[in-house]
Amino acid sequence: MPLLSVEDLRISFHQRDQTVEAVKGVSFALEAGRTLAIVGESGSGKSVTALSLTRLLPEPPNCRVTGAIRYQGRDVLGLDRRSLQALRGKEIAYVFQEPSSSLNPVFTVGAQIAEAVRLHLPEIKDVEAHVIRALEQVGIADAARRHTSYPHELSGGMQQRVMIAMALACRPKILVADEPTTALDVTIQKQIIDLLRDLKTSTGMSVILITHNFGIVRGFADDVAVMYRGLIVESGPTEEILSRPKHPYTQALIACIPRLGARQRRLATIDHAAIARALETKI
Amino acid sequence: MKSLLLEVYRRPLGRASLFVLIALYLGALFAGFLATQPVNSQDLAHTYHPPTPIVWHDGGLAVPDYRVVDKSGPRYERTGEYHRLRLLAPGFEYRLLGLLPLQRHLVQPVDPSAKVYLLGSDSTGRCVFSRLVYGSRVSLLIGLVGITITLFLGLLVGGLSGYFGGRIDFFAMRGVEFLMAIPSLYLLLALRSVLAPRFNSDQMFVVIVIILSLIGWAGAARVLRGMSLSLRRRQFVLAAESMGQSPLRILRLHILPNLASYLLVAATLSIPGYILGEAALSFLGLGIAEPASSWGLMLSQAQNIKIFMLNFWWLLTPGVAMFVTVIAFNLLGDVLRDIVDPRMKTQ
Repeated sequence: MPLLSVEDLRISFHQRDQTVEAVKGVSFALEAGRTLAIVGESGSGKSVTALSLTRLLPEPPNCRVTGAIRYQGRDVLGLDRRSLQALRGKEIAYVFQEPSSSLNPVFTVGAQIAEAVRLHLPEIKDVEAHVIRALEQVGIADAARRHTSYPHELSGGMQQRVMIAMALACRPKILVADEPTTALDVTIQKQIIDLLRDLKTSTGMSVILITHNFGIVRGFADDVAVMYRGLIVESGPTEEILSRPKHPYTQALIACIPRLGARQRRLATIDHAAIARALETKI
Repeated sequence: MKSLLLEVYRRPLGRASLFVLIALYLGALFAGFLATQPVNSQDLAHTYHPPTPIVWHDGGLAVPDYRVVDKSGPRYERTGEYHRLRLLAPGFEYRLLGLLPLQRHLVQPVDPSAKVYLLGSDSTGRCVFSRLVYGSRVSLLIGLVGITITLFLGLLVGGLSGYFGGRIDFFAMRGVEFLMAIPSLYLLLALRSVLAPRFNSDQMFVVIVIILSLIGWAGAARVLRGMSLSLRRRQFVLAAESMGQSPLRILRLHILPNLASYLLVAATLSIPGYILGEAALSFLGLGIAEPASSWGLMLSQAQNIKIFMLNFWWLLTPGVAMFVTVIAFNLLGDVLRDIVDPRMKTQ
């Protein structure tokens, strides 16, 4: 049995008399210890899919989620509020895109991590030591002093490390990283991805990486699911998808990765009309 | 919090208003000690007595003696005699902070029959200065109590409806709008006549606070709703939710602390509204009633045309006190706002 399985997930948003179907029947499964990358452009429904895993989307009637999400065989969509809160953070934790706005500006970072620890691991007596260990684990130098810093005193990369420390402090089984590097510059991106890879191997957790960047998928994810307009258009092992993409959208997306030393004058862009034509002829 | 006070202290305006307010509140706390006469000891032989200056006479503090020259005016002139004053001398009995019975006062005449009117006397010969310090209790306390109730209600309704949104928000905000649509002075008068047909002045104080807060909370609720709505959309709230925190914990731990600076500024800036509200009610004869004392009530006595014609200016001193208090609160609020939100700084 997979750790997490999603079957025919459909998510639609309702506003006044308008309905937008953001996810139109997505299915995937995540085994324990594996890493799944969900790749797609803005608006493809990947972030909404990630948020729906612990029902972080707005409540009905504004938003409707159907299908099945099973975590260790339990139906997430049927959980009551209390068990849902026990699931969030403890079993499935998140790291979001923008670290500076994910941290509450009026508290020290240590206090914010401690809050999560007290909530989910009440058996831990020395919370401060646990927090410092969590910060050391994500490579923050001088953690004993840094945990009393306020978010604005840290750089973007440090803030993202804090967010990762917070997510990992309660030892979740699944880490959902929703574009964790998009707001960071390229050198820091690499550091964060390397850090996530190290933590993944040392803790044995599963990771769902949401990204629009095929560049960081290689060497990080075991499997890839490509999302386009609310559907998973192609999925499979990373190497296979990267070397032999079948779907025209995947091919176009891979062609967009800039390569050093390549003799390209212009960067490739995605021609949606061409993809639509290709899809129609296929059908 | 401590650093905020320090920051206020570093600015000249902030420091000045802080000192004025501290002095006023100390005056209200130790009104009995400062007062020279009981709050309602009348003396019909000395109505409209002019203020007696404290002078240095014959090696000690003293006040000049006055006698009536024209009873209809009435007009007074100095006799050339002086009454000796003593500092920290025993006088009428009062209760310090409402508990400790004491007799010591800041200044008292050596001869108990001598008249000391530091700010003159009113139409029934009561000491205006003593009534002013006693009356400051009402005016100064009403702002603090009123704003506490107002912000509590505003935070409860506004914070919750902004956070939860949807139907709760809709109904709460329509209720607030309904309340705001009623002209507040008429609502004030209507509530006053419904709530309190005949009350003594302690009960009346409570009633006035309740009335003013019931009118004031709607505006605060709307602002706080907007703020909690925008905080709700911030990613750290989503992050807290994704950590499995309950809505009430998120409200308490993440929304409320981010509202705190606004609350502090709003509180300081709206306290004058309560002071003036009480004054307006008392001025109209609907607030604190005789023989108790409040600034608005004292001012209502000064409406008399005689006061202006015969230049009994000292009866207007409650207005001056009110002006100073209101200005001090407003300046302090401005300074606080500049510290909390430097972008709002007035050039």
